[in-house]
Amino acid sequence: MSARPLRVVGHPVSRVDALEKVTGRARYVTDLALPGMAHAKVLRSPYAHARVRRVDVARARARPGVFAALSGADLTWCDPYYGPAYRDRPVLAIDVARYEGEPVAAVAAVDEATAAEALDLIDVDYDPLPAVITLEEALAPGAALVHTGLPLAGHFADLSTLRPEPGTNVCHQFHLSRGDATAALAGADVVVEDAYRFPPVQHVALEPHAVLAAWDETGALTLWASTQNPYSVRVELAKMFGVPLARIRVVVPHLGGGFGSKTYAKLEPLAATLAHAAGRPVRLAASVPEAFQTVRRCAARVTTRVGFRRDGALVGVECHADYDVGAYADIGPRVVQKGTYTATGPYRVANVALDARAVYTNTTPGGAFRGFGVPQLAWALESLFDVAADRLDRDPVDLRRQNFLAHGEEFAPGDTPIDGKLEESLGRAADAIGWTQAGAADRGRGVAAMLKASVAPSVSEAIVRLHADGSATVLASAVEMGQGTRTVLAQIAAEVLSVPLTRVTVVQPDTAVTPYDQTTSSSRSTVMTGRAVQVAAEDVREQLVRVVAECLGVLTRDLALDDGAVVAPAQRFTYAEVLALRFGMSGGELIGRGVIAPGRTAAPLGGSTPFWEMAVGAAEVSVDEETGAVRVERYVSVADVGRAINPLLLEGQDEGAVVQGLGHTLLEEMLYADGHLLNGTLLAYRVPRADDAPPALECRFVENADGSGPFGAKGAGEGGLIPVSPAVANALARLTGVRLRDLPLTPERVWRALRGRVR
Amino acid sequence: MKIHLVVNGRSHDLEVAAHALLLDVLRDGLDLKGAKRSCDTQVCGACTVLVDGLAVSACTYLAVEADGRSVLTVEGMADGESLHPLQRAFVDAGAVQCGFCTSGMLLTARAMLAENAKPTRDDVLHYLRGSLCRCTGYRKIVDAILVAAEAAR
Repeated sequence: MSARPLRVVGHPVSRVDALEKVTGRARYVTDLALPGMAHAKVLRSPYAHARVRRVDVARARARPGVFAALSGADLTWCDPYYGPAYRDRPVLAIDVARYEGEPVAAVAAVDEATAAEALDLIDVDYDPLPAVITLEEALAPGAALVHTGLPLAGHFADLSTLRPEPGTNVCHQFHLSRGDATAALAGADVVVEDAYRFPPVQHVALEPHAVLAAWDETGALTLWASTQNPYSVRVELAKMFGVPLARIRVVVPHLGGGFGSKTYAKLEPLAATLAHAAGRPVRLAASVPEAFQTVRRCAARVTTRVGFRRDGALVGVECHADYDVGAYADIGPRVVQKGTYTATGPYRVANVALDARAVYTNTTPGGAFRGFGVPQLAWALESLFDVAADRLDRDPVDLRRQNFLAHGEEFAPGDTPIDGKLEESLGRAADAIGWTQAGAADRGRGVAAMLKASVAPSVSEAIVRLHADGSATVLASAVEMGQGTRTVLAQIAAEVLSVPLTRVTVVQPDTAVTPYDQTTSSSRSTVMTGRAVQVAAEDVREQLVRVVAECLGVLTRDLALDDGAVVAPAQRFTYAEVLALRFGMSGGELIGRGVIAPGRTAAPLGGSTPFWEMAVGAAEVSVDEETGAVRVERYVSVADVGRAINPLLLEGQDEGAVVQGLGHTLLEEMLYADGHLLNGTLLAYRVPRADDAPPALECRFVENADGSGPFGAKGAGEGGLIPVSPAVANALARLTGVRLRDLPLTPERVWRALRGRVR
Repeated sequence: MKIHLVVNGRSHDLEVAAHALLLDVLRDGLDLKGAKRSCDTQVCGACTVLVDGLAVSACTYLAVEADGRSVLTVEGMADGESLHPLQRAFVDAGAVQCGFCTSGMLLTARAMLAENAKPTRDDVLHYLRGSLCRCTGYRKIVDAILVAAEAAR
């Protein structure tokens, strides 16, 4: 099978679900209904921290039209705790409510209005407790404790070494060092150091979390859930209910965006317990304000010290990061260690000392959000790189280029060598923004780079079925949430099987049907699930060839696949004909299997990243000196993706990543006062609108086919977001001389800084 | 209350509560799921439908206000199997990702083009201030609307 030009992969084909989405036929969880389905509403704590003395649901339960009304006290029939890192979270508050918005009671009723009215009939006695809202409050000596006991570890393998600090709000610590950072920084010619802050922000997936749960007559549970991780949800529920994994089925329809907010169990445990109590299917659909009470990005304060030799060589990095993981750990401990692992960015540095803490506060739980802990630290490091360039009298592009890890170089002992060429991305970004050309006097330019590891080790499995007519079904559990994975998986299968894209169907994830996939996150699906699909399709291809080889008595190497047929030197068999040869009738199918499971390694986080996500951003900004409003006039993002399986979808992904990054850079922050979230609605919390996007936005890709994924692909989709904040702040600093360390760069902050500037 | 609606060209006589929202009547009463519920506060535009050709947020629009009027939802945009030029342009330009904002975007754009057949890029940006998308970064949506406007001329 000699190399032939790619016919489907690498082409900007329209997404396979485009038609159903533009005609309104695509189905999301809240579009589904089951006979007898009840609707749920949740009563949430009005206090950031309170003892829950009594919850009386009797009047709600007695109301006509109500099928179930539950409080934490009713969850004696199951294990009411869940969580991927710590099982620290009760389905409904038990004795203590730990943040404003925590579910305390819930009702399932004939319709939403009845359920909402029933909530008013629930009596709760709270004793407010002192709350810790900020990192400073949570870490102060004698601070109120969010959790007093030590919870059980969750199910995530690489957190088997959870390190809480008993008697404090620190639920996990991460330390990593190599070389001697103290000595390196003491001996450095230039040391720059500062503290940077990254705000709590919400994903604002337009579709808030939603679940439809139903127990069947045999006691098996099915959920249709807006989740990025059907298999993680399944294991949580199996533990809670003490049932075999095979008795729990999680089906995932279309997702209205995820961005990390729908990783790990969110509302699924509550929906399942309500459905159990109601004895009928229950739909639980969150509102946007409830999504703000469900998950957010971990806020952080980061102090980083970076030392350089006079010639510009980076000699040492120290970083201390505190991440605010909110009231329940969710996946926060992994966010912390994963983000901190690459605190040194894509740079060569021998002496490193990194310390990070995951800190509980009485706020909405912090979890995964596009970038997974990396944006918080890149904000500090990439800002400091420009500060250092100033001190060294060096061009910031040049200083980065000098220190980039090279292709094939080791990032950390035992981990995957660097698999991309940052200098190429940087060169293209600098060229596109016109870095070396004189710019307008009222514009400033800045650059920033990023490096991120994907989750490792992880497992993806896939099945490809070739049917009697030569069409194919792909069974895989990567979740389509807008990023285009269903299209990419179809392209991979179509390419390997040499059939048009229209002959391939990728079915929706369903744990009863589609095989195991660890998670749709960490930019991993194209590489891991994509490889599994590729291997499964290759398995089918080998079976096809073997059938013809045996039939003709020729060697398999003399056969090739071409346009839906197996081609022998003098003959051609369509797949339908091959299957008829194999089965002696028009029936039967060929089934291929792909398993990608690289296993544990000696790398610092327990597994070697399947690829490095690498990108560079370049921004050109203007500022209104009267108001402090910063405007990003031009933005260029260049990501090293190995190969773009679908350039159109990939470009769309990164354009979205850049604009989402502009959200936390210029606009977004969850604001708290007296323990209350002030702006948990879309009226008060401003995400970027169309007119906030840069007038000129270019997303480009470096493609050297050097990734471990199908056809040399690497993962993408998070990288575009991460450089945005420092690139914009660096541009602002070069324009105005003002260096801001707190995000977002609101007009007020910028205006104050401009006013305080020493001219 | 009894109301009469023409939805996507079909007449419906409906009995609705005085406080019933148009979004619920469309989604639950008529099983038209294309309009989406998200912010409930007229900010995000995911629930946008056209009432007598004007874009409204169905999440905050009483069904009784639509009595005697004509409602267009995304399900009524295509002409049989033939996509509306805006739908075609959204597909071709890659303006669709998760799809949750798509129907609102399409109907908002349709209302704009009825008002202004030759919009500039700035016109489109202004018109989309009530339509949020968290996936695309908007560029391909704006491009698609401009392409469709051009094609319609």
